[in-house]
Amino acid sequence: MRIGVVTFPGSLDDRDAQRAVREAGGEAVALWHGDSSINNVDAVVLPGGFSYGDYLRCGAISRFAPVMTDVIEKAKAGLPVLGICNGFQILCESHLLPGALTRNKDLHFICKDQELEIVNNKTLWTSEYQIGQHITIPLKNGEGSFQCDDETLNMLESEGRIIARYVGENPNGSRNLIAGITNDRGNIVGLMPHPEHAIEDLCGPGTDGLGFFTSVLKALVK
Amino acid sequence: MAKIIVEVMLKPEILDPQGQAVASALPRLGFNFTKSVRQGKRFEIEVDGEANAQVIESIEKAAEVLLSNPVIENYTVRVEK
Repeated sequence: MRIGVVTFPGSLDDRDAQRAVREAGGEAVALWHGDSSINNVDAVVLPGGFSYGDYLRCGAISRFAPVMTDVIEKAKAGLPVLGICNGFQILCESHLLPGALTRNKDLHFICKDQELEIVNNKTLWTSEYQIGQHITIPLKNGEGSFQCDDETLNMLESEGRIIARYVGENPNGSRNLIAGITNDRGNIVGLMPHPEHAIEDLCGPGTDGLGFFTSVLKALVK
Repeated sequence: MAKIIVEVMLKPEILDPQGQAVASALPRLGFNFTKSVRQGKRFEIEVDGEANAQVIESIEKAAEVLLSNPVIENYTVRVEK
């Protein structure tokens, strides 16, 4: 199974995302922001970083990168897409996911191992986890506070579209401790913390992040 | 040549930690009049010719699509005299 990882100017975690795909047993395909198509990959990861320098708003410029036209069209048709950190911001700016990521409540850049609770394992990217399972993966961002209006928040809660919540103290002011959400079909997932940095015991807080990548590979094989 | 000003502000219900930080810094410097501060963005857009209705409409569109994120922000468009 071929999983494309898009590199934008300013992406940082594209190599780690490619490595996570390979460790999970998939083939990682490097995609470039200037590409006009995603070349028949079976899924796409939008990685973390500071694409286009985070100018204007995080993800606001990247959303209009040439490759995104194809990503957005195919995501709407059911292609599995995972946006991590800056990738989550791009998915929100693309309006593929509701809400927006804003400046952390205390204005600090956060970089730490973060405990999460998985609250939806019906998506293509979370099926290998148990509901209520606690995982620890790195959280590193300056603009990770998930915000939306009350109506959207009620919709996300009532439709079970929150996939993971922060455990313990709210690290960044996100509404309802939201760390990640999905769309109504469960093929598009946005997550602020970084599963691709927790896929092997040698470095990082463990292997809790690998499940996101094995989940989608399992779904694609079916 | 005309200049059009687009101002983008976070919606009132969206938390503005940058504005809050400015508001708490001002009294430390002796500026004790502050009740609250909200921080936003200002774009100065120069166009050839006059700012006719068509130009304004197109800038309104740009403000909606790129300059602001309508999920969290409001914008205003005006021509600078």
